[in-house]
Amino acid sequence: MSVGTAAPQGLRTFWENLRRAPERFRASMFRGGAPTSDRTRSSFVFGNVFLHLHAVRTHRWSLRWAATWGLGIASLAAFLLTVITGVLLMFYYKPYPSVAYDSMKDIHFVVPTGRFIRNIHRWAGNVMVVTVILHMARVFFTAAYRAPREYNWVIGLILLVVTLGLAFTGYLLPWDQLAYWAITIGANIAQSPREVTDALSITPYFDPGGLQKLLLLGSTEVGEEALIRFYLLHVMVLPIALLMLLAVHFWRVRKDGGLAKPADADERLPPPDIHEYPVFTEEPHKTYQIAAVVKGTSPSVGHGPEQTVPSMPHLFYAEAGVFMLTAALSVALALWIDAPLKELANPLVPENPAKAPWYFLGLQELVAFSAFMGGIGIPSIVILGLALIPFLDRETTGTGDWFAGPGGQALVRQALLVGTLSALAVEALVINFGWLREWFPGVPQLVVTAVNPGTVITAIYAAYSMWLVKRFNSARAGAMGLFTCFLCGFVILTAIGTYFRGPNWEFFWSPSQWPGH
Amino acid sequence: MCDRLEGLVTSTPTGRRSRLDPEPIPRRDFLGLSSTFTAAAALLFATVGMLRLPKAAVLPVPARKFRVTVPETLPLGAAFQPPGRNVAVVRDADGVFAVSLICTHLGCIVKPSATGFDCPCHGSKFAPDGSVTHGPAPVALNWIEMAGADGEYTVDESVTVAQGTRINA
Repeated sequence: MSVGTAAPQGLRTFWENLRRAPERFRASMFRGGAPTSDRTRSSFVFGNVFLHLHAVRTHRWSLRWAATWGLGIASLAAFLLTVITGVLLMFYYKPYPSVAYDSMKDIHFVVPTGRFIRNIHRWAGNVMVVTVILHMARVFFTAAYRAPREYNWVIGLILLVVTLGLAFTGYLLPWDQLAYWAITIGANIAQSPREVTDALSITPYFDPGGLQKLLLLGSTEVGEEALIRFYLLHVMVLPIALLMLLAVHFWRVRKDGGLAKPADADERLPPPDIHEYPVFTEEPHKTYQIAAVVKGTSPSVGHGPEQTVPSMPHLFYAEAGVFMLTAALSVALALWIDAPLKELANPLVPENPAKAPWYFLGLQELVAFSAFMGGIGIPSIVILGLALIPFLDRETTGTGDWFAGPGGQALVRQALLVGTLSALAVEALVINFGWLREWFPGVPQLVVTAVNPGTVITAIYAAYSMWLVKRFNSARAGAMGLFTCFLCGFVILTAIGTYFRGPNWEFFWSPSQWPGH
Repeated sequence: MCDRLEGLVTSTPTGRRSRLDPEPIPRRDFLGLSSTFTAAAALLFATVGMLRLPKAAVLPVPARKFRVTVPETLPLGAAFQPPGRNVAVVRDADGVFAVSLICTHLGCIVKPSATGFDCPCHGSKFAPDGSVTHGPAPVALNWIEMAGADGEYTVDESVTVAQGTRINA
């Protein structure tokens, strides 16, 4: 009867195991144990599929607020907020014309917390556009795009385009007046290569514009086909593309040696504060191994880890803080200002003025000069120019420092002036005196397409940038001028489109002067 | 490529290449390159083929042909807008014609005004005959096919005609 004595023992073990199951589950989840020592803090990072995108130790230079202002993480936080709220909205939203508008009304007025969730979705999307642009500016002004980070700069640019694509596809979905006319305008921008092919009379044989519009709308006009396509792009194609590019983007940050920092960052940092986590708490029998060959100058190549701290808790707590701030900002905006929902789409009567969301009003100002140049030509030139920057600037001095490079802050101030004044001067000219068509009626369309206020501003910026290259004998100086001018142009055109354009896209100093209509 | 390799290839007295001579391109490399290019070509064709699906062949737009009765009282040069249609029917000294109200710039709906037609979106202005007088529109408003007589007409929005095609009234 050996079974009789074994059974109580087996049961005891069973109960003991059951009692300890939660504790063991936690231990199995964090495989290295609680992050209390150097070793377990490291295994906390490399033992976690999400966290191990980060190095186990972080340089103290990268943890200063002024190194990044947390803008990349803020963009990610805003994106995650839109994903969560977006999935919630999908419970009620129905992508079919007029039903779509009704479901938006339901979300706004009937669904519990529907309005709040939609507001967060809208504001997080706006926050994301802002932080992505600011993040790009931070990377640019600290010269962090330089080798070996050129590729990641290009990935970042594609992420900017995808972000704007997500914003654009999102605002057809409510099927209100704003949505309908913004997409009509957007689809016709896709068709605008016809401006050139028509002028050359080759449209019947070669019509990329018509093809683009047909692929985008699935029809010749905005209707049910267009709505389902934009819905598909917004909830599936673009988010997946963004996630995959994000994975590459983050992985490359790590593999390119962490955040860019000056070569002498170690010496320039003050010694660690006594209250900070000490660099090494244990006798360093053996420091962590370099598990992969990493390109560039990571903290572990060529010099010791003296100025690094464990990523857990220092980096992760900072990142969690940025997450919280971004969420708080989006929620505060959502509580304060409702996302707009205009009247049901009416294909017979456009709004007057029909204005896109603020981040596209600079583009709208440009397309009011020439649809093709403003909508496709100049944006392509800008993206291409930005993508070329790291391949033209092969200098090394000042990488990781704000406004690094010849000229420094003085150059940026001058470029701010040049960028602002030239954009304002060209706008003042066209607002007061018109443009080619008013001066020479019957001027060929190709001339207007090539020479319009948008291309003139672009040409001024390019010429100024080339002059800087020559004057400072430095591609970095030219890039600084060009990028600063690009930011100025974006801000000024957006401000004019937002505040100073009224009915029929005419100039008004204030909306109070708009004629009644 | 053959010229470049000529020096490397020793010729037998009969002028034929020996089996032992180095090949112009190693066989394995050749096979590898061929498979790579085949795979790339297949991928390209598959991608282009897949783009055929979203390029709709039948467009879900309703018929655009409709009847219109132009009021007797319509003054010369004024535009009459059939309700629910983005078309203006204009009677002038030379006859009657129909002009599309869809702006040729970016597809907004233009409004008849004292000087012709104005676009609310980006400020294009058109003369009463549809020609561009101001703003970013690249070409004149489309003229639309029209048939009939004496104030009773059929208009087909989907068919454009040359500018100046009028029906004598």
